[in-house]
Amino acid sequence: MAEAETITAAKTAHKRLTIARAMADAIAHEMRTDERVFVMGEDIGPLGGVFGNTRGLIEEFGPERVRDTPISETGFIGAAVGAAMDGMRPVVELMFADFVGVCLDIIYNAAAKNCYFSGGNVHVPMVLMTSTGAGYSDGGQHSQCMYGTFAHLPGMKVVVPSNSYDAKGLMTAAIRDPNPVIYMFHKRLQGMGWLGTEKGATVACPEEPYTVEIGKAKTVREGVDITIVSLGMGVHWALQAAEKLASDGVSAEVVDLRSLVPLDRDHVFASVKKTGRLIVVDEDYKSYGITGEIIATIAERDISVLKASPQRVAFPDIPIPYSRSMEYWALPSADKIIAAYQRMER
Amino acid sequence: MKPTIEQQLWMYKHMVTSRYLEESLLAVYMEGKTPVFNMGEGPIPGEMHLSNGQEPCAVGVCAHLTPTDVVTSYHRPHHVAVAKGVDLNRMVAEIMGKKTGLSGGRGGHMHLFDPTVNFSCAGIVAQGLAPAVGAMLSRHLQKKPGVAVAYLGEGATNAGAFHESLNLAAVWNLPVLFVVEDNSWGISVSKAQSTAVPRNDARAAGYGMPGVYVPGNDADAIFDAAGEIIERMRKGGGPALMELETYRLAGHFVGDAEGYRPEGEKEALQAKDPIPAYSKRLIETGALTDDSDRELVQAAHAKVDAAIAFGRESSYPDPEEAMQHVFA
Repeated sequence: MAEAETITAAKTAHKRLTIARAMADAIAHEMRTDERVFVMGEDIGPLGGVFGNTRGLIEEFGPERVRDTPISETGFIGAAVGAAMDGMRPVVELMFADFVGVCLDIIYNAAAKNCYFSGGNVHVPMVLMTSTGAGYSDGGQHSQCMYGTFAHLPGMKVVVPSNSYDAKGLMTAAIRDPNPVIYMFHKRLQGMGWLGTEKGATVACPEEPYTVEIGKAKTVREGVDITIVSLGMGVHWALQAAEKLASDGVSAEVVDLRSLVPLDRDHVFASVKKTGRLIVVDEDYKSYGITGEIIATIAERDISVLKASPQRVAFPDIPIPYSRSMEYWALPSADKIIAAYQRMER
Repeated sequence: MKPTIEQQLWMYKHMVTSRYLEESLLAVYMEGKTPVFNMGEGPIPGEMHLSNGQEPCAVGVCAHLTPTDVVTSYHRPHHVAVAKGVDLNRMVAEIMGKKTGLSGGRGGHMHLFDPTVNFSCAGIVAQGLAPAVGAMLSRHLQKKPGVAVAYLGEGATNAGAFHESLNLAAVWNLPVLFVVEDNSWGISVSKAQSTAVPRNDARAAGYGMPGVYVPGNDADAIFDAAGEIIERMRKGGGPALMELETYRLAGHFVGDAEGYRPEGEKEALQAKDPIPAYSKRLIETGALTDDSDRELVQAAHAKVDAAIAFGRESSYPDPEEAMQHVFA
């Protein structure tokens, strides 16, 4: 995959894009080439999406194909399911992943299961894009990640880009996929002026469309002493930690999962086999989640590759607190990853 | 819009088919469940929600539909599936959990999907409503013809998805007919205990759409009302809601002791069974003779018998097939 990406990249002009812009570009291209693709959600029309990822679409494609909806997630996500089953390729937005509580049924009981329930005779090719993440004091109903919740329920693919190159390629792949794809973008990587943005998320992207294969992790920094596995915002914390560890002579490898479903277990295992040490970083809640899943994957396959007990850096099992001091105390960080490394070496 | 004799005979045939299908399914369902009733035993395990008594709601509406029109139904789906033209053999095989079933045994009786006639149903109350709206959004965007009918029980009108779906259909002016089958009971809770208005057609006004109430559980009356609405929808008239008075002659599911019913209710309902009444009417009006009635009933029964035999003779899926079709 990495090779294919490079070949595509070499041929075309590049532009530095925010994730928001990358998502909108990918959607726009698919809308130009496939009439089945349309977009709906709250404030995705003239406003361009609260997080900017549908900006410019209504101007190009008009209000029929770029539909502002009522505040009615069960209604319009349910409508997306019905439209997808009838042959369309809807891209719908759930403004915050936290809001899934009001519409989970239609997502996990219908979108995710109708292919199975029909014995493969009915497909539900839709993209549900939704924002995740804390770190700007939005309180406990606008800051959650919910990665593990979506990834736990069978029948949906789940992708989580950490940078705009992956964001564009994963969006194109998601729209072309014949299955429901949950596309989870982190607000603090989005490139919105009014939200603090991690600089590393804004990278050069080919102007031409390309896909990043769903289900493939990527090693974003090579190392030999320890593997740090993460996704979304966590990849940036991991890279910061790797940089600091390097100055202490520790060579850390960073793996960006990019997809949670399917999960690239082979890639993670190969890295841990090489380094013998594993830290998993997840902004989602600690228990019953991704950190446990990754560690179990290694333990199940061959526990002997581990030279030390794996560590997890995740959000504690508490609602996300509002006050900045408490919120940052609870969030993962580069320092916490380094502390986890030090615990392993003790 | 009065039904022609041909349409009446179509409705009668499908009511008879549905009823006999359910009687036959019930007989198979009870195999292995006596003397001790264990839902997990027998050739048809699991919950079984029969629709006997509600057949007029299915035929009176579906008589106006073509295979390209979309129907979503709920956990009590057999009568609607029969009226929409779902393949009987594959439907019975699915209910028996067989490899030849509509989905190879992955769905069961609450999850019947037949895309060849655009039929689907779901086990969650009010879940099918928003997808029906979306199917019509799809037709609108593709400039393809069709209407959708979303069936629901009267209990589903108190679920949030009802509100969201009706509002969305109305705000986008999509041709979706919401058909409320009012059998008075949400499992054991009566409509009066659960619903703030005596009739749900009143609720249509809250969404700026027409609401129609059809009393009497009568196929001709339902045909009449549905015909006008569907004709209007096909001309761009937007969504509508119908509430149909109907009767659930059996329990919520097979095995339901029905202790919540007032004394005498069940017996009184049996006397109002819509199928013998309809047969009598057709004979009185000359649409049927005793002989043609017998022939029609025999033909319907033969088709069901063949479907039951097909289901019985089909093999079970290999257990490992459970892993297939999670993804397209």
